[in-house]
Amino acid sequence: MAKVLVVDDSNSIRDMVSFTLKGAGYETVEASNGQEGLTKAQSGAFDLVISDVNMPIMDGITLCQELRKLPSFKFTPILMLTTESSTDMKMKGKAAGATGWLVKPFNPDKLLSTIKRVIR
Amino acid sequence: MSVDLSQFIPTFLEESYEGLALMESSLLNLEQGDDETINSIFRAAHSIKGGAGTFGFGHVTDFTHLVETLLDEMRDGRREIRSEEVEVLLESVDCMRLMIDAIQNETDYDNSSIDVTSEKLELLLSGSLSDDTGADTPVETSKNASSWQIIFIPEHHLVQTGNDPLLLFNALEDLGELKVNAIVDSLPSLTEMDVEELYLQWELQLFSDSVTEQDIREVFEWVEDECELEVTPVSFDEPETESTSLDETSETAEVKQPNDETPSPEVTAPNIEPEITPSPAGAPVTENKEVKVATKAKPEGGSIRVGVDKVDSLINLVGELVITQSMLSELGNDFDLSKVDKLTAGLEQLLQNTKELQESVMRIRMLPISFAFNRFPRLIHDLAKKTGKDIELIINGENTELDKTVMEQIGDPLVHLVRNAVDHGIETAEKRLAAGKPEKGTVWLDAYHQGGNIVIEIKDDGGGINRDAVFNKALEKGLIEPTTNLTDNQVFELILEPGFSTAKEVSDISGRGVGMDVVKKNIQALGGRIQVDSTPGEGSTFKVNLPLTLAILDGQLVRVGEEVFVVPLITIVESLQAKSENINRVSGDMILYRLRDENVPVIPIFQLFNLPADSQDVDDSLLVVVEADGQKVGLMVDDLLAQQQVVIKSLKDNYQDVSGVSGATILGDGSVAMILDIPGIIQMALDIANKKQKEKQLKMQNEGALI
Repeated sequence: MAKVLVVDDSNSIRDMVSFTLKGAGYETVEASNGQEGLTKAQSGAFDLVISDVNMPIMDGITLCQELRKLPSFKFTPILMLTTESSTDMKMKGKAAGATGWLVKPFNPDKLLSTIKRVIR
Repeated sequence: MSVDLSQFIPTFLEESYEGLALMESSLLNLEQGDDETINSIFRAAHSIKGGAGTFGFGHVTDFTHLVETLLDEMRDGRREIRSEEVEVLLESVDCMRLMIDAIQNETDYDNSSIDVTSEKLELLLSGSLSDDTGADTPVETSKNASSWQIIFIPEHHLVQTGNDPLLLFNALEDLGELKVNAIVDSLPSLTEMDVEELYLQWELQLFSDSVTEQDIREVFEWVEDECELEVTPVSFDEPETESTSLDETSETAEVKQPNDETPSPEVTAPNIEPEITPSPAGAPVTENKEVKVATKAKPEGGSIRVGVDKVDSLINLVGELVITQSMLSELGNDFDLSKVDKLTAGLEQLLQNTKELQESVMRIRMLPISFAFNRFPRLIHDLAKKTGKDIELIINGENTELDKTVMEQIGDPLVHLVRNAVDHGIETAEKRLAAGKPEKGTVWLDAYHQGGNIVIEIKDDGGGINRDAVFNKALEKGLIEPTTNLTDNQVFELILEPGFSTAKEVSDISGRGVGMDVVKKNIQALGGRIQVDSTPGEGSTFKVNLPLTLAILDGQLVRVGEEVFVVPLITIVESLQAKSENINRVSGDMILYRLRDENVPVIPIFQLFNLPADSQDVDDSLLVVVEADGQKVGLMVDDLLAQQQVVIKSLKDNYQDVSGVSGATILGDGSVAMILDIPGIIQMALDIANKKQKEKQLKMQNEGALI
């Protein structure tokens, strides 16, 4: 079972992502900011990270940079979940090592079809 | 797969309210201005916008987008933080709250205020808001072809961002039949190869007559800066030959296609169909119509978010309880008298566990009072503006915890008290200066625990309450007799009586129908009480005393005959043995007890509830002096038993309302005891006294008529 780390400071979005993933047979671990995400990431291996960009304490871009420094996350797909649809933010994400992004608002179907692009 | 999104809406609403509260309080502090504050406001707006979009509240998204754009400019330093912006943003918070309320209550809302604020936001943004919004709408849809050639040359580090060419190809395959040629030219020798790099290149052919270049590029969207990508429509004859033309060394691989024989290369001309893929963010719903949500989320019975530490401590305690239980049951297996000590110790431990467990469970319902205090900075800000008074609000003890239900019900009375402090308490700047006080008025809001209760103080440094004005007004309204002898505090508390208002003219702020008497009533309904203290020229203090919870009550058990009653400890002033020299039978039935310099009416409980008592004579009785509504009475009981916490069970839910009784509880021995409703009892006793008085008068009149 693929294991996904879901990082978002919004409970509703995190619940929704996690619920959708669980329903599709993924295992999920949740974190409510980048710092917590990083700590949880270090506690085990993940097949995918889905992270919000704008978060308190540590934002998604920094989380992405930090994760890429960890050997076990060198090739792990990291999707940025964001309302920022501007090119600028996408570039920042890419520069930080993000695999791709999912622009809010999205629905569960879109989430699952996007995930299929990065997870086997 | 379809997921029912409505189940996440309660969470969305909850966090939206939190976000709005944060935006509001931060906006009020923004006047000093710092990056972190504006960032946190931005984040809150941003989260609401994201959630609203996801859960289908396009109208909230649209509005919040404007707010967010303005905040973004302020955050980037492109826009100065001026009071004008802050005011509009505060107004926007109100609008957002209005919309969120409407979602929560499944009702409609007044569009006009939102339109007005929208316009203000747009006005502020005009000039700066131009290209930002439409950034992500697809520029154009390129023409279709029946077959596409794609040359994909990724940079060596592509896989290090987690992208996987195979998955990209899988995505392409969803669009049509795909032929993949891998070009292995640039593959280095084994010794030079770095396993973390990608050396392959691909040439792909996609057969489909409905795919646009846009569709294909979208698949490569995430890697477009990390590869060379050429997408070209293929001429309709001989597409095969073109692919082989590239290189001799290429290896052809056919990607398995589930079930089709679809478009062969020689199908018709490229059909140009203006089919625009709906952009997810670009087309928000613009109609500000009501939104019906299939959710059962109602404010009542809502959820509580509990800190993990609280749950952990609960689990710990349950663990300890289990240990105690197993110890006790082991002890019970073969018990003899030599083990009595162990049994006592075990029971002691059980007592301790139960107490801690109870406290711990209670704590789960406890929230910091900041939830109720949060709205006050904004309230003061608005009131200060409206009244033209310069006012500072100082909040202390906002982390004091209080039961959620109590908190929800104390909010409005507190608002009224704060309004009252600003409107009637704080004087105008001229008056303050004339009185030698600082121009800026101060309102304090304090919360602290005191002996199992929570005390909330609303204090102002205004002019204080005019004792004589209150006294005269009360006289005028017939609330008191000219001869009534009242302490200062009793006079001040008259302003909490129904039908009392000293304000010369009813202002916009307070005195809009809801009077101070309602405040008092609400506080009493929560089992609390309110006291007023005031010093002329120095200000007034309203002290609200509330029980920490509505589920458990600190009670004094008393016995009347065979029955045990519970008197809420909060109402008890003192308990005493009645001395006959202090007893004063006024007129027949009414008994007054001289308590220092006060005359306290005595209410014999046995009479009220028609019970056989040990003694019907006041001389031998114990009096429990209780106070409610500023009225002291002595409850005549046979015996004082233990003081203990009791769990309140509603009589109304289980039986029916009984006057004089606010609920019931189950005692340690399994018997049921009634909890006395002190204000109710006082009212009952007064009614009885009045009735008797009237009967007597009637009788005298009749007798007079006979004579």
